Formats: sequence, C-alpha cells, structure tokens
Amino acid sequence: MVIPRIRPGVALGLAVCVLLLLAALAPGLFSGTGPDAANPADTLLPPGSAHWMGTDENGRDVYSRVVHGARPSLLIGLAASALALAAGTLVGVLAAQGGRTVDRIAGRLLDVLLSIPGVLLVLLVVAVLGTGTGNLVAGLALVTLPGYARLVRAEVLRVRGTGYVEAATVLGWSRLQVVLRHVVPNAVGPLVALATVGVGGMIVTGSALSFLGLGPQPPTAEWGAMLAGSGDYVQVAWWTAVFPGAAITLTVLAVSAVGQWLQDRAEGRVAR
Amino acid sequence: MSTETRPGTADPRTEPAPPVVEVRGLHVSFPGPRGPVTAVRGLSLTVGAGESVALVGESGSGKSVTARTLVGLAGPGARTTAELFRIDGHDAGALSDRRWRPLRGRRIGFVLQDALVSLDPLRRVGDEIAEALHAHRTVPRAEVPARVLTLLAEAGVPEPGLRARQFPHQLSGGLRQRALIASALAADPALLIADEPTTALDVTVQAQILELLAERRRAGRALLLISHDLAVVARVADRVLVMKDGEVVEQGPTAEVLAEPRHPYTRQLLAAVPRPRARGTRLSGPRAGSALPRPRTGERVVLRAEGLGKSFAVPGHAPLAAVRDVSLTLREGRTLGIVGESGSGKSTTGRLLLGLAAPDTGSVEVDGQSWQGLRGARRRALHRRIQVVHQDPLSSFDPRYPVARIIAEPLAATGVPRRARAGRVAELMAQVGLGPELLHRRPRELSGGQRQRVAIARALAPRPRIVVLDEPVAALDVSVQAQVLDLLAELRAELGVAYVFVSHDLGVVRHVADEVLVMKDGEVVESGDIAEVLTAPRHPYTRQLLDAVPHLDGPNPGKVR
Repeated sequence: MVIPRIRPGVALGLAVCVLLLLAALAPGLFSGTGPDAANPADTLLPPGSAHWMGTDENGRDVYSRVVHGARPSLLIGLAASALALAAGTLVGVLAAQGGRTVDRIAGRLLDVLLSIPGVLLVLLVVAVLGTGTGNLVAGLALVTLPGYARLVRAEVLRVRGTGYVEAATVLGWSRLQVVLRHVVPNAVGPLVALATVGVGGMIVTGSALSFLGLGPQPPTAEWGAMLAGSGDYVQVAWWTAVFPGAAITLTVLAVSAVGQWLQDRAEGRVAR
Repeated sequence: MSTETRPGTADPRTEPAPPVVEVRGLHVSFPGPRGPVTAVRGLSLTVGAGESVALVGESGSGKSVTARTLVGLAGPGARTTAELFRIDGHDAGALSDRRWRPLRGRRIGFVLQDALVSLDPLRRVGDEIAEALHAHRTVPRAEVPARVLTLLAEAGVPEPGLRARQFPHQLSGGLRQRALIASALAADPALLIADEPTTALDVTVQAQILELLAERRRAGRALLLISHDLAVVARVADRVLVMKDGEVVEQGPTAEVLAEPRHPYTRQLLAAVPRPRARGTRLSGPRAGSALPRPRTGERVVLRAEGLGKSFAVPGHAPLAAVRDVSLTLREGRTLGIVGESGSGKSTTGRLLLGLAAPDTGSVEVDGQSWQGLRGARRRALHRRIQVVHQDPLSSFDPRYPVARIIAEPLAATGVPRRARAGRVAELMAQVGLGPELLHRRPRELSGGQRQRVAIARALAPRPRIVVLDEPVAALDVSVQAQVLDLLAELRAELGVAYVFVSHDLGVVRHVADEVLVMKDGEVVESGDIAEVLTAPRHPYTRQLLDAVPHLDGPNPGKVR
C-alpha cells in the first residue's frame, strides 16, 4: 500500500476532528469537572490557572462546557448531514429509476422545498414540531435534501449510461442488483465528500438556531446556546463568548478542510 | 543498445540543399518524483529538403517528445540538450520563444493525432486556416478567403466552400484531420511533422490521408511522420528510424529496413503486423512466426441471427436505420469477423447479439435460445453464455474495483461462494498472462494491453460459448495488438470458445476470422468464407477496404490503377 501524502492543513484538520470526536464521545478525558457544576462564589472569573477559559455567570467552568458542547454540536451537524444524505439518495435514486411520473412528482416537490429560504424552513419545522435537538436535525436535513437529491438523480443518470453498468448486465446481474452494486455506490461516492463539507455549514446553522433558542434547551452545554447565554455579559466577560465561538470556527474549518480533501480525492485531483 | 546505421542513408537527390532539420546527440528529460526521467537519449536525425522520414516506435519510446522538441514545444520543465540542433539553418538550441514563432508554421508545420482537440470547437474551419495565413502574412489579406479554399481542396476536402463555413464537430474524423493538415500547410512549410496522423481513423480514411502525405512528398516537400505502425509508414517514408526507450535502435532506407531488419526490436515490430501469410502463426514474442495451436471447431451452431433490423429515432428526421436485414451463423469454436467503418452498424449488431438492445425485426438465438420474451433468471443465464470485450476496457470497469474484484464479478453474479472465487480468479489471471501482483491494482494503473487482458479474463469467467470482441485491439499499439491477438487465438484453442470479432481493420480480421461479414451503411454487402471473400471480393466496397489495409509486402497494387 502507498502511504498517502497529506497536506499539513489537512493533517491539522484531521487531528482537530479526532480531538473533537474524542471530546464528543468521552468528554471526561479532557475535563474533570462537570459542565453544569455551578459554583456561585466563582462567577465570571477571567481565564486563569483554576479555570483555563474562565467561568460564566453561574460560576460554571467555560472550558468544561466547551468540551461537553462538542457532543450536541457535532451530533446536530453529523446527524443532519447523514439524514439529508440518506433521504436525498433515496429520493434521487427513485426519481431517476422510478419512471417519468415519479421523476416529475419528485422534481416538483423538490422545487417547492428549494423555493423556501433555508432558515425559514427550519424555523417552520421547529415551530410546527416544537423545539429540541431532534426537530432541529430534521429541519436542517429537509433544507439540504433537495440539493443532494438533484445531484444523486443526475449522477444516477450519468452512471447508468456508463460501460460498466452495461458490462454488469452482460455478466448476468439483475436490474436491481446492478443498481445496488454499481449505480448507487458510484452515484453517491462524490456526494459523500460533498456532504462532509456540508457538515461544517450544518454546525453553523445549528448553532445559529440554538442561539435563537430553537435547539437544545438550557442548561445543556451547546456552543450556540452558550453564545446566546453570554450575550448579556460579553462586555465584562469576553471569554464567555470568545471560546464557544472559537470552538465553532475551529470545528467548521477542520471539518471543511477534511471534506474538501475527501472531495478532491473522490474527483481524482490528488494522488492517492 | 547498438545503433544499426546503413551506408548511403542520405538521399543523393537532396545532397546540395541544406537539411531542414539537423540534430545530433539530442537528449530530452523531464523532472519526475524520483529525479529526472530521460525521454530521448542521444538521438541524431537529419531531414533533407524534400525528404520523407518516419520515426517508428511504441508508446513511451520518445517519438512524440522528439517531434515536439523539433518545433520547440518539448513541454513544461523539459531539459533539452544537443551537440547540434539546427532548424532550417538556425541554431535552435539558442532560440528564444519569440524566435521560434516564425519558424513554426512557416518553416515547419505540425499535425497532431487528434484533430478534434487540435481545432478550436468555437471557430469555423475556414477561419482556423485563415488565421494561420494571417499569422504568417504569406498572402495579401484580400486573397486569404480564396487561398483557404485552395488549401482545403489540396488537402482533399470535397466541397471546400461548404466545409470552410462549418465547425469542427460537423466534420467527420477524416475531414477534420484533412482540415488540420490544410492549416498546417497554410504557409507552405518546408517540413511537415505529422504525429500519428491516422491512428484514430478508419482504414479507408487512413489510406486517403497517407496518400495526401505521399502526394506532398512527390511535390518535393519534406515530411517527418511519427507512427507506431511500420506498415503505415512503409508507403510514405524514404527513410525509417526505429526508436525504443528513447534511443534510435535502427535506421536506414525504408525498403531495406523492411526487407532485412537487423535489430531484434525492428524484427519484433515487423512480425507484429498481421500480414496475409502470417495467418495461423504467432505475431508476438520470441516464438513469432511459429504455428498457433489449432482451434477445436465443431458443427454445432452457437449463435444465429435472422433478418436483424434496428433503427433509431432522430428528432426532426426520419428514423435512422442502423442495421438492416443482417443474418449470420456462428459455429462452435469458430471466429466470425464483422468489418466496416464507423457508422456501418457493426457495433449495433454486436449489441443486438448480446441482448443489450431488442431488434425491431428478426431474432437472435444464442445456443438455440432466443432473447425474445426472455426475462428474469433465464435471461440472466443466457447473458452468461455470450460475453463481450470492448475497445475501451477502462470504461467497462467499475472505477472503484481492483482487478481481483473485476474478474470475480461474473462469479459473484452466478452465486459462486466467496472462498471459491479466489482460485478461479487466479486461474483466469494465469490464462490471460497476468501476474498475481496485479490483483490489487486498479485498472487506471494498468497499461492498455493489461487492461484488455483483464477484460478478456472477466469475459471468460462465466465459461461462455461465445465472446463478442468489439474492436478489441483498435486502441492498442501494433506490438501490443499482436500480443492480444495471439492470446485470443490461444484461448480459443484451449477453451473452444467462438468469437464474433468486430473491427474496422480488414488486416486484423483477415488474421483471425474464419468467416467474414462486410458491413456498409447498416447492411451486409458481402459475406462468406474469409479466404474466398479476400481472394475474390465481389463487392467494390470490400475491394476498397482490402486496398486500404497498409502492407509491408512491396508497393500497393491498388495504387497502380
């Protein structure tokens, strides 16, 4: 096997992603104190040796809350992307393979979804279904789905005309088997990389909606919600806003760098 | 490696005039990940005024790099050194890009292999040629349009007035190549360099282009022809240089080199050309010329087609009949050749035989069973009896799959358990002459010949009775073509499989086929036993195809009409 040569930026992104995943899976590794352990005596302490990132208005350790905030933030980004990818693939493959009527109906529905501005659509979903992480994820996925579905449909049509699909027919696979073995994997391949880039955007939008109070509810440690909570104190205690904000920025940069790299690889723009 | 040089290489007629190209000790190298890669080492070449020289070698021999270096376009990062490098009397080693420009086009014309990518798709053909005329200011501005038409007519383009107003995509491959030659000749250069000018073309069109080049030589203009095929250059070149791994291994007057090659590599290249008398013998390797194993043939009919017809809808036009009334019979272990040019319907016929398209009329029976009305598991079972190998194997492989998985696919489709597949894959790899170290490579990392072997292995995996070979060697160098043809013959003898061999090259079909079907415009114009059809062709088109096959055995009788 050839050991891939990775650009330093991508390596850094990968390292950050690994740290984030660890923080999301086992926050205890990074922080001994709980995110909700409040100490009324230590409110709004600046960063120091006891609290690296200071404390918030309730005397909770900001560092601990940033570490614990990785889980809901990543969960929203990854779950929404995965859901959008799965649903988009399903709709796209059905539209491409299901005949003219199915294709037309799917196309019109996607047009309707695309015509509504993204944030409004999420607000609508949350307004109807109620606030909470699950509904936020559903809303975010619904916004992203039409683009993915369109792309999958186009890719399926392209892959269906390739020589290897015809070759598979000659080799004696059934139509369904050809679709599952060759058409779908090759149609979705480029999309997976694109979806990884999309995770960053999902995290930002998710955080923005949490900031508006539509996502995970207090006292859950979530970066967007932490930013929202810091609003009243940011003039006297900058650390309550800067660290969660930096966490969002760093995560998006790292995830996007890795996603871009995956996409380049998928399109054969970098050597294996 | 020793260079075989013959006395009397220079043509005495051209002695007084200074040579157009004079190169001695040319080295060209390119930067690579592990140090510089040398593409040309120590090449010496002289092309006298009015002389026609050919540079022959397979892909990677350095022949194209040499051609590009001669026009100062070796490529980015190329390091060029030479003891002597004179173009048209100028010392080209010292030329800046600015000083090169007037030489290109005016003194040296350059024609590339693929005319479609060499012509600007958004520009009319006439404008392309007019631009070359403007650039060199060889004729007064007012005379340019008339000159364009003359050039096109001289390049053998019919209806030059109409063609000049068309775009490249509206022209056929042969016409495009002529238009490109016309633009290269616009300033009437002393030397024309043509890099594989006929490789992408049908044989009859190739013959016309070669005739056009020969015409120019007769007009006293110098020509440097680059090709992988000795037979192609045999008709046009006074002198041949054979290149291998960046070095010239043999050179001399064409007739001498062809009649008594001295270097083993030249002998190998010559042996690779499927000549009439090479039928039934090997074309490649050290055993070239030895008899091939006799195929096991039988009387049982494995494939029969009756009155096949297929037409395609064309928006705004009457339906286009791609295939009309084609009937054929193929018996066990035999080879049926289908010959025709692009658009003759031969590939559509192949698809109908494979059951990939349904015929409008007629029927196809594989092993006595018709495709018609066959569905589900029984149709899939019939698919496995008739397999296919394409011209471009790369596009017929799933890009995600390594070689092992590609060859195992038909086994998986028949439900062979995973553990049993590896043994059969190893057996197939050995049968087609691929080493086990290639099992985990991706097709993109293989050479053209290796890819074609993988495609053959996959086709043989379900133990088919028939394999449809759709232009299996059209994209390969002559030497690799020879290896693949030998392999196909050996497999036929070993496995008793029957072939439908679809090709535009009657020379290749003559080598492999027992019976032949000559197709033109969707119809069979002639068919029968290969020896009968070729010794006494009844249809003028068959005669035309036969004349167009480049040969090594003396001057072409077809030209003395």
